[in-house]
Amino acid sequence: MTATGIGAPVRRKEDFRFVTGQGQYTDDVTRPGETRAVFVRSPHAHARIKKIDVAAAKKMPGVVDVLTGAQLADDKVGNLICGWMIHSKDGSPMKMSAHPALAASKVNCVGDAVAVVIAETLGQARDAAEKVVVDYEVLPAVVDPAKAQAKDAPQIHADIAKNTIYQWHLGDQKAVEAAFKAAKHVTRLDIVNNRLAPNAMEPRAALADYDAGNDHLTLWNTSQNPHVARLVISAFVGIAPEHKLRVIAPDVGGGFGSKIFIYPEEVVCLWAARKVKRPVKWTSDRTEAFLTDAHGRDHVTHAELAVNADGKITALRAKTIANLGAYMSTFSSSVPTYLYATLLSGQYDIPQIYCEVDAVYTNTVPVDAYRGAGRPEATFVVERLVEVAARQLGLDPAEFRKRNFIRNFPHQTPVIMAYDAGDYNASLKKAMELADVKGFAKRKRESARHGKLRGLGYSTYIEACGIAPSQAVGSLGAGVGLWESAEVRVNPTGNVEVLTGSHAHGQGHETTFAQLVSERLGIPFDSVSIVHGDTDKVQFGMGTYGSRSGAVGMSAIVKALDKIEAKAKKVAGFMMEAAEADIDFKDGKFTVKGTDKSVAFGDVALNAYIAHKFTGAELEPGLKETSFYDPTNFTFPAGCHICEVEIDGETGKSEIVNWTAVDDFGTVINPMIVEGQVHGGIAQGVGQALLEGVVYDASGQLVTASFMDYTMPRAHDLPSFHVGLTETKSPSNPLGMKGCGEAGAIAAPAAVMNAITDALGTEDIAMPATASAVWSAMQRTPPKAA
Amino acid sequence: MAKVSMTVNGKAVTGDVEPRTLLVQFLRENLRLTGTHVGCDTSQCGACVVHIDGVAAKSCTALAVQCEGQSITTIEGLASDGKLHPMQEAFRERHGLQCGYCTPGMIMAALDIVRRRGNELDEHTIRDQLDGNICRCTGYHNIVKAIEAGARAMAK
Repeated sequence: MTATGIGAPVRRKEDFRFVTGQGQYTDDVTRPGETRAVFVRSPHAHARIKKIDVAAAKKMPGVVDVLTGAQLADDKVGNLICGWMIHSKDGSPMKMSAHPALAASKVNCVGDAVAVVIAETLGQARDAAEKVVVDYEVLPAVVDPAKAQAKDAPQIHADIAKNTIYQWHLGDQKAVEAAFKAAKHVTRLDIVNNRLAPNAMEPRAALADYDAGNDHLTLWNTSQNPHVARLVISAFVGIAPEHKLRVIAPDVGGGFGSKIFIYPEEVVCLWAARKVKRPVKWTSDRTEAFLTDAHGRDHVTHAELAVNADGKITALRAKTIANLGAYMSTFSSSVPTYLYATLLSGQYDIPQIYCEVDAVYTNTVPVDAYRGAGRPEATFVVERLVEVAARQLGLDPAEFRKRNFIRNFPHQTPVIMAYDAGDYNASLKKAMELADVKGFAKRKRESARHGKLRGLGYSTYIEACGIAPSQAVGSLGAGVGLWESAEVRVNPTGNVEVLTGSHAHGQGHETTFAQLVSERLGIPFDSVSIVHGDTDKVQFGMGTYGSRSGAVGMSAIVKALDKIEAKAKKVAGFMMEAAEADIDFKDGKFTVKGTDKSVAFGDVALNAYIAHKFTGAELEPGLKETSFYDPTNFTFPAGCHICEVEIDGETGKSEIVNWTAVDDFGTVINPMIVEGQVHGGIAQGVGQALLEGVVYDASGQLVTASFMDYTMPRAHDLPSFHVGLTETKSPSNPLGMKGCGEAGAIAAPAAVMNAITDALGTEDIAMPATASAVWSAMQRTPPKAA
Repeated sequence: MAKVSMTVNGKAVTGDVEPRTLLVQFLRENLRLTGTHVGCDTSQCGACVVHIDGVAAKSCTALAVQCEGQSITTIEGLASDGKLHPMQEAFRERHGLQCGYCTPGMIMAALDIVRRRGNELDEHTIRDQLDGNICRCTGYHNIVKAIEAGARAMAK
């Protein structure tokens, strides 16, 4: 390992600009003549728009224009779409309602935009927005997914009966029923996976600039995947053809999934910029973010686990209602189906699995992928079932897990996935040692002496990352391929630019990708720069989500580097008058086998461009290669997280006193960055388990629409984490990587809730396990004295 | 419009602003010092922390006109001649940031913790004192380590 190569904890290239305040986020970008947009949003969850009067608003100081949904429809601006087709069990396609960027006739959730005010300043736009008069006929609303399909539930979209988008299933229902009939023991759980707000710290923003001379639009936006945004805005919304639209996602302040999707505001800014012939900027405030960023999770599930007399799991079944909100967001349909039910085997050898999922509309913000996306929901179902089953059977939860672990690879689960590599026992064993599980009983007694209840919870999770083989996801309904692209440009002076279709919004790609290139080409780390996030610079790429930038994005770079090396060998051959086959490349030097001849990488780069040593007939000048890498399989990061909590018996307040995470991410490029990803994921998972939850009242008002009302994890809510690694390389990509971005968020909720229920001695508590919720649980079921 | 003058990062500045202009808007839009960020509307997240006369303050909660004649330090005012302040260096060295959006506020808040609590800070104190700053990326683990190390380095 070199000091800056693969495996080294290299300090990040991007940090100098961030710690000095020189990052360039979308709201930091300005254009001459820029105007500001403020949206007029529905205060009602469900209402008909009878009339919109913009006359008074238009007369307000500084107002450039006020635009409504009716004008958007007149201009034939297309609807936003969901790009993953799911078919119901009866074979019918999912029922997607129209989603206009501005509502013209009806609003379906609080925050639905009905008009936009464009003004010289933000203050003027805000003042004028208050003068837009909208006459609503308020309709009854439904917010609870479990009630959305009821006969008397309000119908949200006229063309969609019972608010039901699809009724999907996966697995062999009959075989599962037979396994349950034969089971010695059945564990049953009702689970609510609480609804979350992603809350990247940088609010979403869009700046649209129209160049009338060239009939060309540029959009700066907070996107995890600018090319996909351009594709959707061009091909479906129809704002401008792809070659007339440039999308730039500069520094982006966190995403966690919420910035994958194509949102109404960026469409409206583009449309408005062309209409008013001025640049139009919109920046979300935090309450708008709560009202418009796609939320995550929101599942209601009944799940059952069948166990035989030997303590072996024989079957699992789950029935889930997934809330997709008022409209279908970009990838929402895939989250509670192929990203959820396909992971219900967990780390266990379960012969039969059956899962039914009903996806429903409600009068709430759309729900889509949020860190983990379906896989945290699956892990929560599996890990709570396994834990409770062990307790009911009087078995040690770790022993019960071990007894059921998959041990041979590749392993085909009954729910599509073929796990390629792993060693689940190794991560469990290492985590138990690091967490000092042996000393837990003593610590529990000590806590009891101080009036505290102590509990320990495991979560042996699995996820499917490296999303994904295009043909495979195409056969499951994806509207796009999920490969990644890379272009490696070696400059004549020997330094290198890598243009990647991946997008970084906190992950440190500028560093990890450069580590790979530096090691492979034997050039200094500082001689490599990574370019991303601009459709004019970078060829089409699919972007960053689902922990795919390592396994897929870096694989594309490897493929391009292979081509660079092959071409450079040809150049070196001409330089040293040797056959290409006799050229070796190592540590930045090309040598001729059996001789002491050598040339450095930089000399080869220069010679590739000056082209003095070969003719154009013999070799094309230049040293630049591109690649498109399509993965052969998903990757399967897995590991064991152990949470130890101490609960105040008087107040119900939980404190996490110890957190141990042992993860298998395959090859790790930069352990410092990987650990950081694990920390952040755990924090979000702990947030879900202890603090966070989106709350709507029965009328559809969002009660938790600010940081005053929605509890974000703060520094004093969390401990320091003990993080370790095990390694089995993924055989499915050239570097053996699996992905690390979502693991913590996937593992953590079950670990916390298994610890809390262990401490309390009751399973009767839901997330978030706030002090109030724990206190109430203790009143319902008084804990036994330790 | 109101006229306002103050010192920002050691330089005298003036501006014509609407009286309702927040300090953070004045810094970002009038002075183009975009290192100070806005992450919420309720003074909860701390992305906008600057120093007013040497004391940490949320610049989303002060009007620009309230700062007449005062001395403001922003994240852009910490490094000198390309050399990072020890607290900036500690955040870089300890991987105390990921997306970078909360980072300027975190660093400015950290300096105020050092001002109030000294250079030897334990984990509990740091976590407690960071109550006014939210980070969604790091889980705070490395921020806490960075502040501990940065505070020590400042004593040297």
